[in-house]
Amino acid sequence: MEEGMNPYPIGPIQIFSIIFSIFLLVLIVYLIRKKKVREEYAIRGLIDKFSSLLGIQYQPAALFLILFACLFLLVFHFSIVISDMKKKINALAMTVSILEERGTKKE
Amino acid sequence: MTWINLSSILFCVYLEAVFFFKKLMKLLILIPAYNEEETIADVIQETQKSFPDADICVVNDGSDDRTGAILKENQHIISLHLPFNMGIGGALWTGFNYFCQKDYEFLLRLDSDGQHPPSEAAKLLEPLIRGEADLVIGSRFINREGYLSSQLRRGGIRLLKLLTTIIMKNQITDNTSGFRAYSRKAVCLLTEDYPFDYPEPIEVYLLHRNGLRIKEIPIKMTDRKGGVSSINLLRTYYYLIKVLLTILVNFWNGGRNESVSDRSHSDL
Repeated sequence: MEEGMNPYPIGPIQIFSIIFSIFLLVLIVYLIRKKKVREEYAIRGLIDKFSSLLGIQYQPAALFLILFACLFLLVFHFSIVISDMKKKINALAMTVSILEERGTKKE
Repeated sequence: MTWINLSSILFCVYLEAVFFFKKLMKLLILIPAYNEEETIADVIQETQKSFPDADICVVNDGSDDRTGAILKENQHIISLHLPFNMGIGGALWTGFNYFCQKDYEFLLRLDSDGQHPPSEAAKLLEPLIRGEADLVIGSRFINREGYLSSQLRRGGIRLLKLLTTIIMKNQITDNTSGFRAYSRKAVCLLTEDYPFDYPEPIEVYLLHRNGLRIKEIPIKMTDRKGGVSSINLLRTYYYLIKVLLTILVNFWNGGRNESVSDRSHSDL
């Protein structure tokens, strides 16, 4: 790396994220003032409780854990659904082949 | 008095013979084929020569080559064309379902690569016709003649043999042999919940669990005439692990059979 170069340049993505963060901040403050985010607090409280229960100091880590658990269950669910569909597709293919044979023999 | 006896005995013999041939007439020969354009025509011809009265059903398992075209040219056989490749289990399952929808009595399974000489097949049918067994397996290892597969696969087969001996208290020497004949009862039972991936050893296990009789007969196999085996080195291991897992899961289930009555093909 050349000397004197800024290791943290401000590019378009940085500007975008700063603007987006400010927008989010304003939005949240606005919603809190209008008392529309009670559920949000409830979820935060839940995560707090969950993390203290498991002894997790860093709360985003608890959030990730919950997310991973949900994804895992989702994947399981999908594999069950796919197995079921495969069964049905096989039954369809079998039926098609037998009907096709019957059709060609009748002609 | 003796005259009547003699005539009645003759009549019985006659009836038996008629019964025998009638039963033999209701034989379906099932040949699953996947990319076997080189050998399939010869195998069909040979089979027709050995069993002129039987119906031959070839399941074309979504072949990419000319197998389908060759089958469509032949008007004397039943050919089932699967819209995509379902694997050997799917092809067999399709043939089994066709069998159950018609009034066949026995099913003989042959390979499409010429490994199973039809001339040996009559030996498999004998115990079925006599009503001694519901599944007859042609075993390479009783007399150790003909084609015996590779070293590695033989090891796997031996492991399976050990396992079946432990679980079923019934020694099956060639559990992966696809040279088999089935009674109607066995076929219709297997269509209910067929093991799709590598069906042969699990077939044996399922039938045993349901109290059907299994018999082994020494036969001679020949090496394949063309094409490549669907099971390569890596798959040999996969095959073994999968089969062991399935048998263990089934064993753990303790013979509980899933209900399959909701499958819609029964009203075809």
